[in-house]
Amino acid sequence: MTPLKVMIIASAASLCLLGIIFELIRRRHLRERYALVWILTGLVLLALALWRDGLNTLAGWVGVKTYPPSVFIAAILFFVLVLLLHFSIVLSRLTDQNVTLAQKLALLESELHERGQSEKSADG
Amino acid sequence: MERRAPAAAPLPRRLAIVPALNERDSIGGVIDEIRSFDPAIEIVVVSDGSEDGTGEIARARGVHVIDLPFNLGIGAAVQTGFRYAQANDFDLAVQIDADGQHDPAELPKLFDLLESGEADLAIGSRFAGEHTYRSSFSRRFGIRLFALTVSAIAHRRLTDTTSGFRAVNRRGIALFAADYPHDYPEVEATVMVIRHRLRVREVPVRMRERTAGHSSITPLRSIYYIFKVLLALFVDLFRPREHSRELPLEDR
Repeated sequence: MTPLKVMIIASAASLCLLGIIFELIRRRHLRERYALVWILTGLVLLALALWRDGLNTLAGWVGVKTYPPSVFIAAILFFVLVLLLHFSIVLSRLTDQNVTLAQKLALLESELHERGQSEKSADG
Repeated sequence: MERRAPAAAPLPRRLAIVPALNERDSIGGVIDEIRSFDPAIEIVVVSDGSEDGTGEIARARGVHVIDLPFNLGIGAAVQTGFRYAQANDFDLAVQIDADGQHDPAELPKLFDLLESGEADLAIGSRFAGEHTYRSSFSRRFGIRLFALTVSAIAHRRLTDTTSGFRAVNRRGIALFAADYPHDYPEVEATVMVIRHRLRVREVPVRMRERTAGHSSITPLRSIYYIFKVLLALFVDLFRPREHSRELPLEDR
């Protein structure tokens, strides 16, 4: 059983996280697409904070008897890894799009330059 | 795609793609030399975010210059050239380094292979002939490793898959304009061509020492180079065979 004090602090922290996420979405600093993951994270953390016997119960389900928090840490670690992988995918896609954009811009620019030159020589 | 009347048989329009990153000392000479050996060839310099006036020097020589807004890497720079070639309906495109390594006197050898219809991609090889190319042991090892790997995939002997002195016909231009590898692209591009069932041929060429600048390959980078290329080749084996539907199948 988590001590009451710990429960209160953990709950406050989770609520704080949810509040920050909400504010970020409101200011359009966070796309809803990514916000969804973070809201879920905040809710899970809040649930674990409020459910005072939750950690022990969950550890019992997966067979961890000696040190229940290890389940929590393992879950977090896995979650963070998946999230990082997701960011790598997003980054790769953005890089590809960026390259294509830069190429098209440079091609258009060079064509524009060329036309400017031929117009100039036509005028003169 | 439009078809040309075979009777007209105009000379193939040739484009020299010169990717350049801060090559102010050599770019002018390279342009002059290409023109002296092939006056009819058009030249496009793709300045890959150069900050030393490479683009201006080239523009002053009257060649077409594409200034990439920032450094995209050699693969994307070369691909920009192929996109230009496709948009402007060129028949043949050759890639020539801006550092003076590639000898324009060898251009006809590459173009001949394409014009005779023997190949869709012609690679100027430093090792296919009698010419000796001096280089460090580690570099020769890397080049040899790639050559063996690609030869195994291609079921034909290729000696110099890392050579950047290469030319393609319309099919090659279309393929490379649509898709081109990023870093250290030559080896992967060669395999791409083979997997699209286009034909690759090598022709022995002489290459020179760089006239300016220095090689971009450091020991650490060469490890990344080898790892990256082998990974890309390995993964590519597990992709379905491409049917090159985006490529115009023209008569030749």
